[in-house]
Amino acid sequence: MDKYVIEGTPKTPSINFDLNGGVLEIKGRSIPENSIEFYKPLVDALDKYSSAAKSATTVHVQLEYFNTSSSKCILDVFKKLESINKGGSSVTINWHYEEDDEDMLEAGEDYQAIINVPFKMVMVNE
Amino acid sequence: MQSNFDVSNMLDVFEIYEKMEQNNILLSFKGEITSDLLTSILQIMENKMVNMQEEPKLKKKVYNVLVECLQNLYHHMDDISEVSHENNRSAIFMIGKNQGKYLIYTGNYILNENISRLKSVLDEVNSLSKEELKDYYKKVLNNGEMSMKGGGGLGMIDIARKTGEKLDYDFLEIDNKVSFFTLNIKVTQQN
Repeated sequence: MDKYVIEGTPKTPSINFDLNGGVLEIKGRSIPENSIEFYKPLVDALDKYSSAAKSATTVHVQLEYFNTSSSKCILDVFKKLESINKGGSSVTINWHYEEDDEDMLEAGEDYQAIINVPFKMVMVNE
Repeated sequence: MQSNFDVSNMLDVFEIYEKMEQNNILLSFKGEITSDLLTSILQIMENKMVNMQEEPKLKKKVYNVLVECLQNLYHHMDDISEVSHENNRSAIFMIGKNQGKYLIYTGNYILNENISRLKSVLDEVNSLSKEELKDYYKKVLNNGEMSMKGGGGLGMIDIARKTGEKLDYDFLEIDNKVSFFTLNIKVTQQN
């Protein structure tokens, strides 16, 4: 598997995971009723990637909305990244938020406080 | 000509209309809460807020809180068909706007045996300050049990954090088996 790609929908984000390049992008809205079902394949892809991780792994999370059902699944994704980081690939999580969206910035800081991986808070102009 | 209808049994539609008008209701729904319905309600409300040229910041807050309220109804509504003649999966949802504030009202049946658990979550959330809520959120996020349905009160904590308001709720006892749970939420510009 070189790539894991999922198209976005009104309730789920687009996912673009380039395993050869070590780049994972999650973009859009994440408000499904059943988040576990949506995120499980991504967690599995990260599992596969972890056995042959690149020296650096770059993650971009750019969410417009996410529900609390997704928040736990996103934490699971970050925990996988934490173990990949421990395993020798240097992981950076870029958390994007829109200029006026303090709630989204705060959500990123919540994850930053829990997960032992370098975070970058990236402000996006609307 | 005399009407064949027994007027006393009919709904006073105008009365309902006037009540909604007085309360500036933008959208209301009563019935079964399905996944497709949630998608439609969210789409309608998003369009309405765009048309009303709502501040992006407030629009996002309202949208986020709406998602949590509606998904609470979708996931946690008790099936009371075994113990009551009432329509089992039915709930009410209303959203209004008054003087720049959005008001979200939800109502659904709950089994009396489940009240104390929900009440303890609500009271816990209401007892906490902004900073304490942030810590509580992180604690439940990191340690809480997650089911297919959601995350052990995370939705209520999130609503309280995003609105900066106490959760205004009530349990109206219908009989010895079921009650009607109502939640009123106010969303304003301030954080």
